[in-house]
Amino acid sequence: MIEVHHLCKRFGDFVAVKDLSFAVKPGEVLGFLGPNGAGKSTTMKMITGFLRPDAGNVVINGIPYEDDPLAARQAMGYLPEGAPAYGDMTVLEFLEFIADVREIPSAERENAIVRVVRQVELEAVLEKPVETLSKGFKRRVGLAQALIHDPQIFILDEPTDGLDPNQKHQVRDLIRNLSREKIVIVSTHILEEVTAVCSRALIIRRGEKVFDGLPSELLAQSVYRGAVSVVTASPMEVSWQGLLGQAEILRVERVAPDHWLVVPREGRDIFEQVEAWCRTQEMPIRSLYREPGRLEDVFRRLTLGG
Amino acid sequence: MNKTMTVARREWASYFATPLAYVFVAIFLMLSSAFTFYMGGFYERGQADLMPFFSFHPWLYLFLVPAISMRSWAEERKSGTLELLLTLPIRLRDAVLGKFLAAWAFLALALALTFPLWITVNYLGDPDNGAIVASYVGSLIMAGAFLAIGQALSALTSNQVIAFILTVVVCFLLVLAGHPLVLDAFAGWAPQAVVDTVASFSILQHFDAIQRGVIDLRDLLYFAGLMAVWLVATAVIIDMKKAE
Repeated sequence: MIEVHHLCKRFGDFVAVKDLSFAVKPGEVLGFLGPNGAGKSTTMKMITGFLRPDAGNVVINGIPYEDDPLAARQAMGYLPEGAPAYGDMTVLEFLEFIADVREIPSAERENAIVRVVRQVELEAVLEKPVETLSKGFKRRVGLAQALIHDPQIFILDEPTDGLDPNQKHQVRDLIRNLSREKIVIVSTHILEEVTAVCSRALIIRRGEKVFDGLPSELLAQSVYRGAVSVVTASPMEVSWQGLLGQAEILRVERVAPDHWLVVPREGRDIFEQVEAWCRTQEMPIRSLYREPGRLEDVFRRLTLGG
Repeated sequence: MNKTMTVARREWASYFATPLAYVFVAIFLMLSSAFTFYMGGFYERGQADLMPFFSFHPWLYLFLVPAISMRSWAEERKSGTLELLLTLPIRLRDAVLGKFLAAWAFLALALALTFPLWITVNYLGDPDNGAIVASYVGSLIMAGAFLAIGQALSALTSNQVIAFILTVVVCFLLVLAGHPLVLDAFAGWAPQAVVDTVASFSILQHFDAIQRGVIDLRDLLYFAGLMAVWLVATAVIIDMKKAE
């Protein structure tokens, strides 16, 4: 259990984090979202003890961080933003260093290294200096470093930033597979990540919490929830006048030359209505489906709105 | 203590991961020999001792020690590993001490590699070897003081060049604290007690006795005190400037 109580942090006149409170239970993967500069990294730096909060505190398994900083740090695996590592060391040397600092007994050290190397697939680069690695491998070295002591708590600051789609997929699988009783806090500004890996989403804006709930609840706030996508067999011009006259329909957006989005007034189910109308128009339909909602629009509304 | 050594070992290995260590040792040996033979008049003096060798050490350290210390914290800050290091279960003081000990051990190695001079002087004559050992110890302690200053100033910035220049300037002022160059800045307005205090901080004066082979407890305390103060300063600076 990790509890964050009323955290505040300011840098000069700039308020980075303002009265932020939340708690994460074992088994939860908390997606920590916000635009760049919203205070995600600053919050993570305070949770991991790198920065001291101006006010508020962090409680780990019932013990306030400042009561036992070393135990708190030992309970956490942390991937700082940008996955920093000592460039002049080889991957193996770096992991051995981390294992020593983490006080992994020498009998178990090799097993621990073998385990994380397999988990993040570093076999091919073990003997290479970290500074010569590609961005994807560097990120994986950072993850290996955070996993090596099999901690209870993972704090991952933008773990998939700068990775290609395959690597992103791999990292998400890894996060999902972290065993059930772990606590994971992942910051990201990639929204698909939230539905892909998180059991809970927390959105902050200018250091303040603006949403805390399930990813599905986030989707439910979308104006596109229940909108109907209409994809035609080929690009064409369609006059939607007839449909727009109906009371339940708010508007129609063209997404692509062959793709429209019929947006309902709040809470209305318009699928059958749209389907019927398309049939009367004898449109060549390729597919017709309900939208689950779009995170982008919720995110924009929550983080930009007044 | 274990963690201190873990940090120290990593740091030590990092010197040898690049040509830095080899270049440094080579230049240290070349310069110290050149000073001894050409400027110190090792042969011309006709005395079997290492005075000409040790007397140039403050000047040698003035430029070479900052070259070692400049990267120690500045690089951590620049590459972001500072955040990694300080969120690992290590006390800040262990990290500071570990880095310091690694660099100091490295300077000790460079100093130890001047042993052919010692052999030479024993071959040529009959020197006071006790005095030479004392001078080596004194020189090493002085190097530690320079190093502590350099590491503290390296913690101030993420720019190694700035760290280097600041360290050279601070060390230069300390080396010459007893010289009119520094004292004249105080003599005009400050009471004599202040001027005397400033003068008593002169590295040259404290090293003067040591290089003759006399180890006075006060000189040792002076250098040990310098080290302690600047190492504490290092920790304070890192703690205060973490956010930047």
